[in-house]
Amino acid sequence: MTTLPGVIEIAESVKGGKVTANQALADCLQRIDSGDADTNAFLRVEPDVARQQAQAVDDAIAAGKDPGPLAGVPIAIKDNIVMAGRQTSCGSRILEGYTSPYESTATERLLAAGAVLVGTVRCDEFAMGSSTEHCAFGHVGNPWATDRVPGGSSGGSAAAVAQGLVPAALGSDTGGSIRQPAALCGVTGLKPSYGRVSRWGLVAFGSSLDCIGPITRNVADTAAIMNVIAGPDRRDSTSVDTDPPDYLAGLEEDKPLVIGIPRQHRHEGNHPATEAAMEEARGIMESRGATFVDVDLEMTDHGIATYYVVATAEASSNLARFDGIRYGRRATIEPGESLEDLYARSRGEGFGPEVRRRIMLGTYVLSAGYYDAYYKKALQARRVIHDEFTKVFEQCDVLLGPTTAEPAFGIGEIADPLTMYLCDRYTVGANIAGIPAISIPGGFADVEGTKLPVGLQLQAPFLGESTLLRIAHQLQKATGHHLCSPGH
Amino acid sequence: MTDSTPTALTLDEARHVAKLARLKLSEAELEACRHDLVAILGHVATLGELDLKGVEPMAHPGDRTNRIDPDEPEASMTTQEVLAIAPATEGPFIAVPKVLGGDEGSA
Repeated sequence: MTTLPGVIEIAESVKGGKVTANQALADCLQRIDSGDADTNAFLRVEPDVARQQAQAVDDAIAAGKDPGPLAGVPIAIKDNIVMAGRQTSCGSRILEGYTSPYESTATERLLAAGAVLVGTVRCDEFAMGSSTEHCAFGHVGNPWATDRVPGGSSGGSAAAVAQGLVPAALGSDTGGSIRQPAALCGVTGLKPSYGRVSRWGLVAFGSSLDCIGPITRNVADTAAIMNVIAGPDRRDSTSVDTDPPDYLAGLEEDKPLVIGIPRQHRHEGNHPATEAAMEEARGIMESRGATFVDVDLEMTDHGIATYYVVATAEASSNLARFDGIRYGRRATIEPGESLEDLYARSRGEGFGPEVRRRIMLGTYVLSAGYYDAYYKKALQARRVIHDEFTKVFEQCDVLLGPTTAEPAFGIGEIADPLTMYLCDRYTVGANIAGIPAISIPGGFADVEGTKLPVGLQLQAPFLGESTLLRIAHQLQKATGHHLCSPGH
Repeated sequence: MTDSTPTALTLDEARHVAKLARLKLSEAELEACRHDLVAILGHVATLGELDLKGVEPMAHPGDRTNRIDPDEPEASMTTQEVLAIAPATEGPFIAVPKVLGGDEGSA
């Protein structure tokens, strides 16, 4: 089968009348049909809803109306972003069969732009995980080596895009959940600034950290999707009030930049391929007039500790809403048991081990006697981390480093929760500080004869998405790593 | 991984946290969870190495505060929409087990 066209390519073909939205959808459904069994990325493929959406685009074109900038582009949605009348389960038994009565702002904007939302892709339960092994409805394989994880928690989103089943997917990123799977699957993943994309309809995990963002095959496609989903939303009171710039128009700008490399991100534990990727990027950017400086992010080693207190505290509070009363799974209680037993049984049976662990941790750090020792201390560390980024951005425009220390690990290889948490060492900082960060393909590692992608991460100051996308676009044009796909 | 002493967390304390979290866990699940929490809290204890005296806690990135909108009423979900996703209903109500007259903590 030929390579799947990208977001912009499909939209232009549909708008130009070369293909209909229905034909573009049929092609996508056929790819999913023949390819999804390899990775198990899709939880639900919904051809009927998708056909109606495609038909609406074709009708608009026939009536001479503008079908929108994403006309006929098939997009997959992570299983924690709701769509009206369609199921969302957050990879959890507690929401099995839940049909959302409302539409998320991000998907509403995609639909208004002419996109076709083909189905839902797997993720770690309530977006808690770095491997997509914690999905109650089966795990996902990495398209480059299906016995390895795709990363997580947006593993289904990254795998579906890397495998060429869809040109784009939405993911969510609370501590690295877009960037880490994008790195492990060899695709592009952007975590926008906190509040740049509305969280309305994203099932809350850590409300001061959560962001929705795109995963695509190239940077221009990410810019095209950001042009649609970014912007103020009165339904999310934490959304950024200012209008976003035109991210596509900004891609070709060329002005010399200062790029910082955090010493703490050049760890001896990093796979050599990540070092090679950074050297290659440095050469390319220097030839374009960029200056490189070594900088310090001394708090890197405290990122995971800070993150796992803040994120689990917020999660334990957010997930209190799942009690078996108003929606979701309700357990059966024994005669004589109380309403409280109903809550506890529904939650104990409905949540998987990783979610239970995080609710327990979050409850503990917020409980009487431990609040100051853990939660308050983590919020203080958060300020130090935030201020450290602010200071470092006085010395440089962007930061460059590896997205992860290692390429994809094997399914079942990491059993210890803390070891899994430490996979997010380089990514949690951006969430703690609320700044944007992107992962782009940086080349390949050879692991026991298997070719596995490694990712490069770029981070910018708050609302610096345009700068990130511009550098990412330049690097991608020079390296061509994004053009490699599994099996080619 | 860290040189700090793992934080002690007894099974009784774990049981108390599970009760606060409204999670019914078997003894085996509780012990497994306790074991993991000890390791994670041991790592979290490394925050103790930092001098955070006088640092103002930051709950939201960049201290940004919520935007306030004008209070304009608009249509909300209908009763039918709400009942359609409830696990048990009775007429126009969501049905729950008896709340009063049982356990004192259930109100």
